[in-house]
Amino acid sequence: MTQKNTAEQTVKFYQTGTFTVGNRLLDEEFRTVQATEERSNSIDSGHRACQGCGQALGARYALDTAMRVTNNKIIAANATGCLEVFTTPYPETAWSIPWVHSLFGNVASVASGIAATLKAKGDSETRVIAQGGDGGTTDIGFACLSGLFDRNDDVLYICYDNGGYMNTGVQRSSATPGGARTATTMPVGEHPGSSFNTGKFLPAIAMAHEIPYVATASVHDLHDLERKVEKAMSFRGARYIQINVPCPLGWGSLPAHTIKLARMGVESGLVPLFEAEYGELTQSTKIRYQIPVEDYLKAQRRFAHVLKPANVAQLETIRALAEKNIKRYALL
Amino acid sequence: MLQQISGSIAVANAVALCRPEVIPCYPITPQTHIVEHLSSLVKSGQLQDCTYENVESEFASMSFCIGASAAGARTYTATASQGLLYMMEAVYNASGLGLPIVMTLGNRAIGAPINIWNDHSDAMSVRDAGWIQLFVESNQQALDVHIQAFKLAEALSLPVMVNMDGFILTHAITRVDMPDQEQVDRFLPPFIPRQKLDTESPLSIGAMVGPDAFTEVRYLAHHKQKEALTIIEQQAEEFANIFGRDSGGLVKSYFAQESDIVFVAMGSVVGTMQDLINDLRSEGYSVGILSLRSFRPFPANAICNALKNAQQVIVFEKSFAVGMGGILASEIHMATQRYADIQGVQISSVIGGLGGRTITKQSLRKLVDKAKQGDLDAEVFMDLEANTVVRELKRQQDEQSSGPVAENILRDMGVVSASKTH
Ligand SMILES: Cc1ncc(C[n+]2csc(CCOP(=O)(O)OP(=O)(O)O)c2C)c(N)n1
Ligand code: SF4
Repeated sequence: MTQKNTAEQTVKFYQTGTFTVGNRLLDEEFRTVQATEERSNSIDSGHRACQGCGQALGARYALDTAMRVTNNKIIAANATGCLEVFTTPYPETAWSIPWVHSLFGNVASVASGIAATLKAKGDSETRVIAQGGDGGTTDIGFACLSGLFDRNDDVLYICYDNGGYMNTGVQRSSATPGGARTATTMPVGEHPGSSFNTGKFLPAIAMAHEIPYVATASVHDLHDLERKVEKAMSFRGARYIQINVPCPLGWGSLPAHTIKLARMGVESGLVPLFEAEYGELTQSTKIRYQIPVEDYLKAQRRFAHVLKPANVAQLETIRALAEKNIKRYALL
Repeated sequence: MLQQISGSIAVANAVALCRPEVIPCYPITPQTHIVEHLSSLVKSGQLQDCTYENVESEFASMSFCIGASAAGARTYTATASQGLLYMMEAVYNASGLGLPIVMTLGNRAIGAPINIWNDHSDAMSVRDAGWIQLFVESNQQALDVHIQAFKLAEALSLPVMVNMDGFILTHAITRVDMPDQEQVDRFLPPFIPRQKLDTESPLSIGAMVGPDAFTEVRYLAHHKQKEALTIIEQQAEEFANIFGRDSGGLVKSYFAQESDIVFVAMGSVVGTMQDLINDLRSEGYSVGILSLRSFRPFPANAICNALKNAQQVIVFEKSFAVGMGGILASEIHMATQRYADIQGVQISSVIGGLGGRTITKQSLRKLVDKAKQGDLDAEVFMDLEANTVVRELKRQQDEQSSGPVAENILRDMGVVSASKTH
């Protein structure tokens, strides 16, 4: 599937060292939507995201793609969270699309309501996107999201997974990785960091609802992200994309390492990238250069304690997780 | 057209005549028949261009309404009691965003102890939520006021809650005059939102507001409710012109201005009171009723105007603030304090009909007699079983142990408990 501006790259260009995709090294038709002159701009500059915010990047690419493929006919609903707060400090807004924020836990239902209006008015052109952080998605907004899936409402739900409640100062969510330090799972005592519960891996839960399309993506591969959003928009009904978005503040990482960390998460096997249609896995992205999970953890303060010799058991658990993902999603 | 139908069916048919475009629903007694009937109307094609959706909770239902209304649809839902509490966060949000959603509240008590019967605890739990809250006395009013509610909501860009007593009205089969589509269309023009989510002119709704503007935003909400005082009266008049009936408005006086003793009440109990005062007046009592049809906005001036000749006011309400007392009574107290024409009126707060307890003419008559003799207490719990209360208080004193109170009382009253210990 190679299309203008949204190419799933057939040839992979990486600049040495940073692994950054070299937009400028590509033929024009293979570049991301952001590289074109007539590109849309769903989220304008001047917003208040932290430096190196993966969510700001992911949201812009996802929504710009949706704008492009719908000819700017999208309406977005947003859960409370970083994305909402940093884009709409009253009286300013960074959004160039119709956008609504209601509450923290109801974005899926708000989006369903918008879709219901479009249906009642016979508008099949305008499409609806719901978006929220992992807390707003896997915890407080979970019931509404499951309801949306159940009804198969015509909404694309995008979860920006930064592994915690970042907007309120980095607390644990049910998507926080095991072992990670957050403000409510501090590295003290016998079991430092976030517990190794089963957590909630929402893409799998979404698949269990057998909705038309589920995908995971990561901000290090924006071409892949764009392709998946475009694919999602080609379906009607409920669709779910979860984007892995590093958060320098919450992860204790350097703003300049956001892209690199996103890539390392994937290459370590901890962040599996795949697609599924109607509950069946259709494709997963192979790891190109497998890296040890330690390399990924090392670059983040939230895992500093895990790398201490006393906590080797934690490290083993995380390794096992990566291996399980690799096997389950055939990542090698 | 005259029809013999239940209050719920009457309301559902009236709502359908208003051409709603989006209706999410979630079941809870005693409002369920309304949304059930609407579901059939949509399915059968009698109500067209309407998206009806079964959602997974009341929180989702009101959130669904928020999205639908923000996108420009005429939006309706219904709930009661626990359902209202479950959607609470979204209830505040809907009014904060200025969305003209109409919701029926089939008034019901709030647990624990769980109780499906009528009182006004649910309505009172959202009295500060910024919604317009209207009360109806009869099923005819219920259907009439729903038609007005859409017009009012859209004129003000505010959500409107129509309160109708659970079971007493929702389930009662009475004769109602059902308007025809042409009449309703004449009264209620299509909904044209002031602002909506529109790809042609994108706007952001629901931005974060800080200390610099929050007070002004809140004050403007208050101001809008005050504007509603005028609009509600105007629309009731307009309604009367088209439909030939008096329905709605802020207050309704039944001999209130010319009586010494005046009941103030909301909802279906006004009907029982009317029966009673017809008897009493023929016996020579000087007694009247002031029915509050709009609770939010609170029509302080209209109330005081109607009460200015009263000597004794009996505020009767089906809920109260635990640890404080009558809510309506204290609001009426405040209003009369501010109103220069009212001097030295006695206000008694009567709490009755809680959790569906029957309100009898006999008990109401006792209140009037006591008031007439000048010894009606400032706070009365009508028909309170004093023995039960005294026994339970004594037990609590003796045992010094904690536990769910209702179960103790039930055991005491001889109700079989699952534990089979009694
Ligand atoms: C009902 C409710 N509970 C709690 C909050 C406080 N709150 C606002 S944003 C937020 C965290 C958001 O976390 P997440 O959804 O993961 O998004 P992120 O900020 O990490 O992008 C919390 C807890 C709220 N606004 N509403
Ligand atoms: S806290 Fe994290 S998610 Fe929030 S704006 Fe900053 S970097 Fe982005």
